[in-house]
Amino acid sequence: MIREYRTIEEVAGPLMLIRQVDGVKYDELGEIELEDGSVRRCRVLEVNGRNVLVQLFESAAGLNLSSSKVRFTGHGVQLPVSSNMLGRVFNGMGEPIDGGAKIIPDKLLDINGTPINPAARYYPSEFIQTGVSTIDGLNTLVRGQKLPIFSGSGLPHADLAAQIARQAKVRNSDSKFAVVFAAVGITFEEADFFISDFKKTGAIDRTVLFINLASDAAIERISTPRMALTAAEYLAFDCNMHVLVILTDITNYAEALREVSAARKEVPGRRGYPGYLYTDLATMYERAGRKMGSEGSITMIPILTMPEDDKTHPIPDLTGYITEGQIILSREMYKKGYMPPVDVLPSLSRLKDKGIGEGKTREDHSGVLNQLFSSYARGKDAKELMVVLGEAALTPMDRLYARFADEFEMKFINQGFYEDRSIEQTLDLGWELLSILPKSEMKRIKPEFVEKYWPKEA
Amino acid sequence: MIEGKILKVSGPLVVAEGMREANMFDVVHVGEQRLIGEIIEMHGDKASIQVYEETAGIGRGDKVVSTGAPLSVELGPGLIRNIYDGIQRPLEAIRLKAGSNITKGIEEPALDREKVWHFETDLKFGDKVAPGDVYGYVQETEVIRHKIMVPANKSGVIVDMRSGDFRVTDAIGKIKLQDGSIEDVKLMQKWPVRISRPYKEKLPPVEPMITGQRSIDALFPIAKGGTACVPGPFGAGKTVVQHQLAKWSDVDIVIYIGCGERGNEMTDVLREFPELTDPRTGKSLMERTVLIANTSDMPVAAREASIYTGITIAEYYRDMGFNVAVIADSTSRWAEALREMSGRLEEMPGEEGYPAYLTSRLAQFYERAGKVVCLGSDQRIGTLSAIGAVSPQGGDISEPVTQATLRIVKVFWGLDASLAYKRHFPAINWLNSYSLYRDKLSDWFSENVSKDWMNLTSRCMKILQIESGLEEIVKLVGMDALSADDRLTMEVARSVREDFLQQFAFDDVDGFTHLDKQYALMCLIFEFEDRSRKAIAKGASIEKLVNLPVRERIGRAKSVPYDKYKDEFEKIKTEIGVELDDLVAEAKEG
Repeated sequence: MIREYRTIEEVAGPLMLIRQVDGVKYDELGEIELEDGSVRRCRVLEVNGRNVLVQLFESAAGLNLSSSKVRFTGHGVQLPVSSNMLGRVFNGMGEPIDGGAKIIPDKLLDINGTPINPAARYYPSEFIQTGVSTIDGLNTLVRGQKLPIFSGSGLPHADLAAQIARQAKVRNSDSKFAVVFAAVGITFEEADFFISDFKKTGAIDRTVLFINLASDAAIERISTPRMALTAAEYLAFDCNMHVLVILTDITNYAEALREVSAARKEVPGRRGYPGYLYTDLATMYERAGRKMGSEGSITMIPILTMPEDDKTHPIPDLTGYITEGQIILSREMYKKGYMPPVDVLPSLSRLKDKGIGEGKTREDHSGVLNQLFSSYARGKDAKELMVVLGEAALTPMDRLYARFADEFEMKFINQGFYEDRSIEQTLDLGWELLSILPKSEMKRIKPEFVEKYWPKEA
Repeated sequence: MIEGKILKVSGPLVVAEGMREANMFDVVHVGEQRLIGEIIEMHGDKASIQVYEETAGIGRGDKVVSTGAPLSVELGPGLIRNIYDGIQRPLEAIRLKAGSNITKGIEEPALDREKVWHFETDLKFGDKVAPGDVYGYVQETEVIRHKIMVPANKSGVIVDMRSGDFRVTDAIGKIKLQDGSIEDVKLMQKWPVRISRPYKEKLPPVEPMITGQRSIDALFPIAKGGTACVPGPFGAGKTVVQHQLAKWSDVDIVIYIGCGERGNEMTDVLREFPELTDPRTGKSLMERTVLIANTSDMPVAAREASIYTGITIAEYYRDMGFNVAVIADSTSRWAEALREMSGRLEEMPGEEGYPAYLTSRLAQFYERAGKVVCLGSDQRIGTLSAIGAVSPQGGDISEPVTQATLRIVKVFWGLDASLAYKRHFPAINWLNSYSLYRDKLSDWFSENVSKDWMNLTSRCMKILQIESGLEEIVKLVGMDALSADDRLTMEVARSVREDFLQQFAFDDVDGFTHLDKQYALMCLIFEFEDRSRKAIAKGASIEKLVNLPVRERIGRAKSVPYDKYKDEFEKIKTEIGVELDDLVAEAKEG
């Protein structure tokens, strides 16, 4: 029998204390029935004797201490899942908001998931062609990777994410593909941009959307990405699909987490974020991957805006320690009008080395990639020097490098959001640019590849 | 058996009452699912328990049962090639039992109970044995001959002992202890993880641990039995450095602890190591490796334990007289786990919320490394080297974990994001890294590689230091303002950086460099410098000198395979002479 409690003692911010409760478990889902019959949800944060501290998922407005009733459901927060979720739109708590019918669940899954046994993972190594040179060529994405986009306010991260969702494909493969999109506290306009882009390309039919807008309850944001990941796990590991998960914006998520932590008066870590922010983010990001016993995969692209473009802010910092690389957007490139404005040097894909090369992309990929990176770095140094001292102060070699850096930005980085380049095009473009430099500078590339791919004089 | 009831649940912290009889640090089973926890505080009859598994579904009134024993690891044949979680549960066995996700409350013995090992012994009735003496041997893997040792607190007379095939829990013989009681001897023993295993005597480390990584061996070497740390912001290549050390270090056993890091990285080690060949034994690298994995999505409390689990296993192999390396990635996550538990215990925080005992805990961990004379009458010597990655927040090494670590360890390999952006790997910053072992190891290098080794490595460091000064000048007034000699210095320093220090971890040849080849490479670079200085003195043009074709050959010298390098280097040397002579001749004609 489910017992109802009318013993709410305190409500403060997103927290509520209930007294004289028996038999409640940690992390259990509770329901609060208001006087007018409406139901709100909460989750157990702490059991202390007969006192139970819960966190509300919605606003506490209108909640009356004496007339509201609380009951506990005996399980954690769950999401009903089914393959019919594709093409549907849900709110941040997993309820359909597109006017369609309720999902008839195939399963009810706890949204927290369980850790993947590292002995049961497959190492991600299948190349995903995104059609973006700075990603494919330099920071290659592979199936099962988690590769965030670090952006700043006003930078076009949404366009880049939409471009990836639109163009991403695994070559020579016809397996089932799906997109799970979670809007976490973003504006209506940004969410609408994604939805209309998905509609335009027809991708909407294989997309599941979870929408928590800036105007929705902030606390709900703690669940939204987990809802999305639970749906993604079901599609990937039960339905054997290859799922691309886009979470935007993680900064809003972390702020909701901070709100709860502050309300609990926990000892804060850096900048007021809770000390467990790393672990908390990891339990989301680590749900990406591939595992034994299933054909499917989860590839994750979380998007976060760096406050003041500061990469050392706890949110990008801790994210960078968990994810397998990062794509960083640069305001400088954006101002120059180079799209997508990827800041190449600090961007990184940790899993690229096993996803490129012969049989995956092309034999010369690794060498070209390293050569492009180091040449661009040297070119940028030379350009810096040029700013201070003028071009005359550079050695002839450094002048070549400076020219290389300019051309590289103009042609390689700058491709626009609607150009879809194959990996061969990207690599050939790389060679073309490298041929600005003398052949003897190609120290990072094996001599036989230099011979084979060095552009012939026209 | 002590049984209590739960009062409070707050994340991984559970408080239970009715536990007055329990001991501090006893392992307990929590709730119906029998989650594993450890008592970390006692107040009257209330025990605070840190639970090593997710506590969702635990509530007030659930029972807590003490096992009466501290958190211990099982030690015996079968550890190697295994992958364990933070409290030594075998992940491969768990996968077979429970599928690809880790469910709660699984109990699975660390050592396979069914596997039969062949045990060989020379002992017979009446032989006296003391702690640390060897009962006999088991060939654990193709390269590891596992010594079955008398536990540290036992000694007596052998009553029965025979060679044969046994499981780890079978009696391989009997021993009459000093108090007269007779006890079965087994292949397996247990040891509590928070207590370091005893040894006879600690010795100063004087032999290098050769890693095949040029910037480490040549500039910042670590000793066998030494301690080192690798701090660096994300993306600087900490994990690649750690993997390279695990792959190529000349030790007998590697314990790799993935502490709060990415799942895929552990999978990488697990899938890649069996394929790789140890250059010294010719066998698979997995034959010497034990993996401990507490990935970042696994419960946080077990992260705290994983470091101790790892180092206790390492000490066990050290006690057999092996050279063991413990590689922990990353100690920052361990410190964060401490912080989280400390916060939940409502302790007064120290710096940045870390508990005040952070430094002493870190020191205790690193102090378990060292070169020791093991227990046992054969005076065997074992070493345990500890290498910890540190992930400073925002890459700022003034934070408490890095600073606490730097006060203890002797080698500091500081990784630098700006080097990583230039794809200079390993991104070890040569200006601020250090090794306090350099002097202690100089005799070894002089004897075993070359008398000139220390000179050349010092010369590398010196020229890099000069370069950083010259760079300042170049930034102000441009390269043209430098004298020909200084420009040559810049070029040679660049050569040291690019042609020597830079090392591509994923290349078959370049991934590992033997010491003699490292030495030859340095000789080559400085040969070029010495000859060039003379040529410049004779009027050769610096512009032409820096663009000599031989420089490209020097640049590619590091990727010449080991069996061919001597010939090739000799040819390059000749070429250096020829090209510079030509240049001088040209200058004279002009």
